[in-house]
Amino acid sequence: MGQLKAKDYKSGVKPIWCPGCGDYAVLNALTKAFAGLEIPHEEIVVASGIGCSSRFPAFIKTYGFHGVHGRPLPLATGIKLGNPDLTVVAVGGDGDGFSIGGGHMPHAARRNIDITYIVMDNSIYGMTKGQPSPTSPTGMHRKAAPYGTQETPLNPIMMALSYNASFVARCFSNKLKEMTDIIMQAIQHPGFAFIQVLSPCITFNDTYAHYREITQLIPEDHDTSDLAAALQLALVTDTQYLGVFYHDKERLGYCERVRMVQEAAPKMSLDAIIENYKR
Amino acid sequence: MTQTESTVVVRVGGEGGEGTITIGDIFSRIAARAGLEVYSFRTYPSEIKGGQVLYQARIGTQRVMSEGDEADVLVAMNQQAWTECNDHLCSMSTLIYDTNAVEVPESYGGVTYPIPATEIATDLDWARGKNFVLLGALTCLFNFDWEMTKAVVERRMQRHKDTLTKNLAALRKGYEYIQEHYTAPFDHALPLPDPDTIEERILITGAEAMAMGALAAGCQFYSGYPITPATPIMETLAKYLPSFGGTLVQAEDEIASINMIIGAAFAGKKAMTATSGPGFSLMIEALGLAGITEVPIVLVNVQRAGPSTGLPTKTSQGDLFLTLYGGHGDAPRFVIAPDSVKDCYYSMINAFSLAEYFQTPVIVLSDQAMASRLETMPWDTKLWNPVLERRLPTEEELAEDYRRYKDTEDGISSMALPGMSGGIYLAESLEHNEYGYPDQDPANHEKMMKKRAKKTETARKLLKDWASTARRWGEEDAAFGIIGWGSTRGAVREAMDLLQKRGIKVEAIYPHTLLPMPDEAMLSFFKHKKAVLVPELNFSSQLARMVEHRYYKALYKLNIQFHTLAKEQGVPFKVQEICDAVVKMIAEEEGC
Repeated sequence: MGQLKAKDYKSGVKPIWCPGCGDYAVLNALTKAFAGLEIPHEEIVVASGIGCSSRFPAFIKTYGFHGVHGRPLPLATGIKLGNPDLTVVAVGGDGDGFSIGGGHMPHAARRNIDITYIVMDNSIYGMTKGQPSPTSPTGMHRKAAPYGTQETPLNPIMMALSYNASFVARCFSNKLKEMTDIIMQAIQHPGFAFIQVLSPCITFNDTYAHYREITQLIPEDHDTSDLAAALQLALVTDTQYLGVFYHDKERLGYCERVRMVQEAAPKMSLDAIIENYKR
Repeated sequence: MTQTESTVVVRVGGEGGEGTITIGDIFSRIAARAGLEVYSFRTYPSEIKGGQVLYQARIGTQRVMSEGDEADVLVAMNQQAWTECNDHLCSMSTLIYDTNAVEVPESYGGVTYPIPATEIATDLDWARGKNFVLLGALTCLFNFDWEMTKAVVERRMQRHKDTLTKNLAALRKGYEYIQEHYTAPFDHALPLPDPDTIEERILITGAEAMAMGALAAGCQFYSGYPITPATPIMETLAKYLPSFGGTLVQAEDEIASINMIIGAAFAGKKAMTATSGPGFSLMIEALGLAGITEVPIVLVNVQRAGPSTGLPTKTSQGDLFLTLYGGHGDAPRFVIAPDSVKDCYYSMINAFSLAEYFQTPVIVLSDQAMASRLETMPWDTKLWNPVLERRLPTEEELAEDYRRYKDTEDGISSMALPGMSGGIYLAESLEHNEYGYPDQDPANHEKMMKKRAKKTETARKLLKDWASTARRWGEEDAAFGIIGWGSTRGAVREAMDLLQKRGIKVEAIYPHTLLPMPDEAMLSFFKHKKAVLVPELNFSSQLARMVEHRYYKALYKLNIQFHTLAKEQGVPFKVQEICDAVVKMIAEEEGC
């Protein structure tokens, strides 16, 4: 195949995102990753839920599925199991993934389904114009929370680690190269890969400066096979570590397990099964 | 003497967890092995142990159509079984009971077979085996062969090896107890066919028949969440799907289930889920998603009595409106309502054909009674209708400017599958253009709404040539009719037989596809009618309302009166209830 470039993976549809939105970086990183891994367009499916970031599939030149709110993981799980040869990426925002769809991630992790899940986390509902989200800080004032939010924010990395996801990483939209590299690792990981991207909403929650200040790369000596060490890093919230927290390279992916079940199953015809109902 | 010459209704009642359902189920299987026709009905509480349970098996020398109104034979395992069923016994009924658990007043005039079942079982050091003592007695009374009886018990109980020997001993003791104490022939014994001449049939539940239909249709993916009474469909497919190269996922909830099957179908597999009312309510949003993205999926709704948690283990037909109309916005869907266990099998094949060909969700409406009952059916693999497949893009289409949602004459556009070069498209939940990209232009929205709706009209035409989109019984020129759907068919047909004997002519129609409705058959049915009765197991007469609405012009023109018979008690119709309602309708109509 000829030299594929990131722009070859863009559909040409103009993103609905505001200029400066963190999601552009994710679009660039993902298309670069596809190009870097030389995956043919038609062998990729990007599935999403609802929200600004979930409009993603329209902007790339691969098969896509823009589903309903909060359900990109079951949708992507079905797609991958429907055709395990495909590269399947689920994308969405923090409201989509941790609020309405919050019940699905533990199960995607538990199955270790071979998909990459990128959550563009801007700690706000952007499409509905600025309501607090599950990762908004306590006391955030918005129209829907005029007296400040009373909830404490979720910690998505902690959640993914406690669900025992086999690949857990955090990126920042301002660090494109690192993000591209991590997405490439995630796509190649034969299991469930979770990436939280700190992706600021320039209009309703501009956190660029804040994240520039508090993010730092995970120390080089961190052992990514050590879940306890990963949890220690995740517990730190005044600094937001960027990079791969955890990577379990041993665990079998769900597709492999399903294949093993199919292989071990006795070969049967419908007539043979019907015999059981004759007695 | 029995209510009808050719059938016997055997009812087993006892405490949940006592093995009541077990012996009822095994008795049904023994009767089927002996060459009799079987139709069972079971009701159980939603608690695992405790609560009164009932198993009714109607066996016969010819096809049995319903579970029967009254019990000819009652096997009472506890006092409640006797007190509850007492009212339902006719004067000819026979009572078989455990003398250690049931006290029957001396005034009871029917035939009794008192058996000290608990005592016999306790003597064997296996008090829990009292149910098998009663089963042994029952099978002996019906003259079922001991070796065959034993073989069926061994097979059914093979997973409980540790208790099998004890249960067989209990079974034997019960069998011998009858041989020793009762020599006179049993009133309800049916003539048994020569074992060598027994026609090959299968004994299967509605849920299992649906699973078999799905396999026959080529289903390759199932995702579902446990819910009574739909779970047996999932459990049956869990066992067999891997042997066919398929995949079954027990999802985290019903929302995940439907989204997963949409994903798998998008990727090219024939995919389905099965659920009951509460789960179906959760699936409604994604049902619209499958509609607008035009992804073929099959859903089974095994109805139970609602609303909300309702009566989880009891039957109902209360989800018709939800199934036909549930969801925001207009998107096409098809609805099929099987009316027998055999029909469950074929309906699944038809459902996959329609789903795949029209790239549209298809819902198959079953109910608790039909899903959980055992019925004998002749087994042949002859299909009723042609199997239809998904329209895939041709090489020419993929080579130039492929449009996934092309506005075609019949509304069906070819569906590229991920992996196909040149077929890249976006399955978009937003209104989209022919390529799948979001497009909110008013004219485009209307065009795409029409494009999707055209599929229903195309289906309506196609279904005219299909067998079984509606079934009719009785004489066409009858002035009085019955319109029904689903599993009420048995009671209705038996009622018609009884009415005919009294010289009352009635014609019945059972639409099999409820969406699209078989208009031609319905209009032809209406032609000679003066009044129709619509019996349904729901509170608000949902089919009657739907039919009145759809055919109001014809009904007005022909001056046809609608009479409803709505029953929402969690139990099926009795034959007598249908008869009475028909007689009442005729009296009212003739009177005015």
